[in-house]
Amino acid sequence: MFKILKKEILGPQMVSMVLDAKSIAKIAEPGQFVIIRVSEKGERIPLTVANFDRVKGTITIVFQKIGKTTYLLAEKNEGDFILDVAGPLGNPTEIEKFGKVVCVGGGIGIAPVYPISRKLKEEGNDVISIVGFRSKDYVFWEEKMKSASNKLLIATNDGSYGEKGFVTDVLGKLLETEKDIVRIFAIGPAVMMKAVADMTLKYGIKTIVSLNSLMVCGMGMCGACRVTVGGETKFTCSDGPDFDAHQVDFDELMKRLAVYKEEEQIAMELFKGGK
Amino acid sequence: MSVNKKATPMKEQEATERRKNFLEVPLGYTKEEAIIEANRCLQCPTHPCIEGCPVHINIPVFIKAIREENFQLAVDIIHESNLLPAVTGRVCPQEEQCQVVCVVGKIGDPVSIGRLERFVADWDIENRKKGNTLLPKKEAPKGKKVAIIGAGPAGLSCAADLARFGYDVTIFEAFHVAGGVLVYGIPEFRLPKSIVEEEISMLTKMGVKFEFDFLIGRTRTINGFFEDGFSAVFIGSGAGLPQFMHIPGENLGGIYSANEFLTRVNLMKAYKFPEYDTPIKRAKRVAVIGGGNVAMDAARTALRLGAEHVYLIYRRGRDEMPARAEEIVHAEEEGIEFVLLSNPLRYIGDENGFVKQVECIKMQLGEPDSSGRRRPIPIEGSEFTIDIDEAIVAIGTIPNPIIAKTTPGLKTGKHGEILVNENMQTSIRGVFAGGDIVTGAATVITAMGAGRAAAKSIDRFLKGEI
Repeated sequence: MFKILKKEILGPQMVSMVLDAKSIAKIAEPGQFVIIRVSEKGERIPLTVANFDRVKGTITIVFQKIGKTTYLLAEKNEGDFILDVAGPLGNPTEIEKFGKVVCVGGGIGIAPVYPISRKLKEEGNDVISIVGFRSKDYVFWEEKMKSASNKLLIATNDGSYGEKGFVTDVLGKLLETEKDIVRIFAIGPAVMMKAVADMTLKYGIKTIVSLNSLMVCGMGMCGACRVTVGGETKFTCSDGPDFDAHQVDFDELMKRLAVYKEEEQIAMELFKGGK
Repeated sequence: MSVNKKATPMKEQEATERRKNFLEVPLGYTKEEAIIEANRCLQCPTHPCIEGCPVHINIPVFIKAIREENFQLAVDIIHESNLLPAVTGRVCPQEEQCQVVCVVGKIGDPVSIGRLERFVADWDIENRKKGNTLLPKKEAPKGKKVAIIGAGPAGLSCAADLARFGYDVTIFEAFHVAGGVLVYGIPEFRLPKSIVEEEISMLTKMGVKFEFDFLIGRTRTINGFFEDGFSAVFIGSGAGLPQFMHIPGENLGGIYSANEFLTRVNLMKAYKFPEYDTPIKRAKRVAVIGGGNVAMDAARTALRLGAEHVYLIYRRGRDEMPARAEEIVHAEEEGIEFVLLSNPLRYIGDENGFVKQVECIKMQLGEPDSSGRRRPIPIEGSEFTIDIDEAIVAIGTIPNPIIAKTTPGLKTGKHGEILVNENMQTSIRGVFAGGDIVTGAATVITAMGAGRAAAKSIDRFLKGEI
């Protein structure tokens, strides 16, 4: 049982929670995730560790209410418990002193980007971060991202805050002006990561994405999260979640993400109907 | 004295009925049936059955106790060697172990040792429900802590013995419940989860502690345990990495590893979706690839989820199938369609990325290979397709590499198996291993035997004898 110490509404449908999870906080690294189970009859879902505090023994999870499990989770309040939190899982993001790097976060994907850009900055990289939101209402962690970057660029789809457009619009301009970018990290919806990968391929800049495959076990025993990378089948949970964006078969990933669409709708309708 | 050559049959759910439900198939012996069967045992002086049993249960003596209707004594005798008899009585391949060497087997059916073990274990569970729990005797506390990695058959049996020896034992389990393959792999209709839970509760009562959601190599490394004050570590993490064929289309929607399919259904109870949140596809035409026990479990599970056709595609013939004879018969009775001497070449998907066909090639058997079975060879030009909307790949598992990857100095073999000496010691002092992580995928009882052997070695190690 893991206690929720702090709950914060970050924006429409977006919630962050600080959990008491000493053994995870002790060793979690940027890029790793946890598998949580909210209730006895609940499913296991992966959530990235968006922050950790080794001294206080806490980790932060950030999620968007999109299905029954995340709605159930969002109903929990400070002082309540989450049944299971297993982790930290997956391989930490490979971080060293690269030089000039760009961190791209889209929507809820900004949460996992934050500890990565923070560590990149700590390691002495020149970190430019690009964060994209649907509109001004959705903006969160602006200050955090600012502190974790040397330069922060913000885009909203409707132009209500920052630049109007997608993160790729901002990235496109940046790539034209900044010629010494050596590595790009991108986390967000699969379609965004694919767009970033397509764009950076032309520039030949190594790009790392953190995949959000469906998972059951999170420890490499089931293969629910398999993905094709460089023509080979990999397990996102144990081989990833970070992969070379230019090698990932995003079309397959997106199809696999939609496998349970029908069932997810059934569960959601029953949930909304109070069942 | 003449012995009945025929074994006392055990009642089963009818095939037409059971293929629609997840209730247990064999129903167990009544007291009368158990006594009749127990009387078939000759109490022979050579008792080869004990040697045939991987954990060396004192079989003739517990059978004698049944005959004398002293069921508690029978329980106690079994518990000396095995704390999970309700499990092993159901899933052990007795026909290859204790029963294959039974002297009665020379003149007729061997004594149904497995069914008798199950009868005793089930009697005990019922008796415990009435509040009569008799715990195995424990030695005085030795004041030393042992960490067990994995709450599967190997870890559970190792923990039970170490607790009996007086050690302070904690089992670290990656999933949220104990049991390992007993809870995620073996289906409800073959091993009810309530029974596993009840058997494991014996360990808790003996003082064994459990830590869940704890993935070794991630949450804590092996070396971390020594820093935390543990004096020895046993790794029983199993062979959890599912194998795929690496053929085109294998990542289409609707294609599962048997591990994923069974974990969703058994551990996460997806067969009760949407009451439970984990979904599973309710497919109509299912292909299961493989011929082992796991393939049979997957096929019979798919049927119970409502499939109209379940094709079991196996590259060799029926006689070469590694599954237990009993499981093959059960599968056949329930209407699983065997597509033998056939091997998948590729999967064909629809526009949404779901599997719609599997293309196979016919095989013939050539000379025996390293496994001793005749090698299957493709017959050129014999390709054929089957329309399916789901495929389950059940071609085996290999050891999960996470522990080896995160433990410097731990020596492993070419399939990732942990290397141990005759005392189950790994290349790191104080670290022992046993079960599927050492042998590759094997049976529940072999893993339990390894767990017990390791417990003995750990005891000797902690006494400074090895």
